[in-house]
Amino acid sequence: MRSGESGDDVGMDASELGLLVAVMLAAAVEFVEAFTIVLAMGITRDWRSTLAGTAAALVVLAFVTIVAGYALVQWFPESLLQLVVGTLLLIFGLQWLRKAVLRSAGLKALHDEEAIFREEAAAAEGAGNETVMGLDGFAFVVSFKGVLLEGLEVVFIVLTFGLTAGNVPLAAAGAAIAGAIVLSVGAVLHRPLSRVPENTIKHGVGILLTTFGTFWAVEGLGVFAPGGESLGWPGGELAIVVVLVAWFAVSRALVFALRRRVAEPVQPAAA
Amino acid sequence: MRFLVAFGRFWYDFVVGDDWRIALGVVLVLAAGAVLVATGALADEVLAPLLAAAIIAVVSVSLVAGARR
Repeated sequence: MRSGESGDDVGMDASELGLLVAVMLAAAVEFVEAFTIVLAMGITRDWRSTLAGTAAALVVLAFVTIVAGYALVQWFPESLLQLVVGTLLLIFGLQWLRKAVLRSAGLKALHDEEAIFREEAAAAEGAGNETVMGLDGFAFVVSFKGVLLEGLEVVFIVLTFGLTAGNVPLAAAGAAIAGAIVLSVGAVLHRPLSRVPENTIKHGVGILLTTFGTFWAVEGLGVFAPGGESLGWPGGELAIVVVLVAWFAVSRALVFALRRRVAEPVQPAAA
Repeated sequence: MRFLVAFGRFWYDFVVGDDWRIALGVVLVLAAGAVLVATGALADEVLAPLLAAAIIAVVSVSLVAGARR
């Protein structure tokens, strides 16, 4: 039984909206991190080499997206795709949620774009001046690696969300909009985007990724049923909202519980 | 060989990250779910929310236990 049989109209809208919001937020966070690295290289080293490294990374990312997307669609039947992609998305999203919960509870340091910018800039100033084909090798490699690694997370989210929801163009559009916003704001400010409430966004994205991951992974278990069709959720895709609320409530409860533990005074050891 | 190890390690870090226990817990719940689906022991409408609740419970326990270490 397909999950969307009941409440298709409302379910599709909620699913697509969730898809767009999740991809935009996740991509925005990654673009902010990539922007910090690119800005540090551009300011301290050489903009031409930095932009060349960024462009090279974007070409690799586009290639990976097309090849991986085509392979996944060709090789996997729908329910198996939901299971594999849903499980990957769930585990990947739990990384985000775990870190956000630990940061909110005060058990992990917050991400500091200003500090990262200073570190990258200091490393760039101290590096050698080797040039390759007229380009500054250090600026090229660091910006290439930074954009590639942060971009891979965006590609992963675009592909997993897009393929499972059957709407890669919408997912890609969400990432592109986020990229355009971050680049525009960054170009105007010309400094690290440190005022972005990164942990709050990561917490929200973590909840969205784990919600959709849970929904699709469980749906995909239908591949083991005699007919091999996706498992049905009660209420169809409206169940996504219930799962979302459950993850949100649990994550807030975890933050509360862990924060209390941090605040508890350490008992002196018995003599 | 070294490239394959590095490639595998990169994707492990990328997907699983710092706490492998959370990933293992999720996989174990889904494996149990696969058995229940294959045997037809429970209806979809019962099994789907049950598995979601089990995933949330396993993750919560793993996260709290991980924070203690």
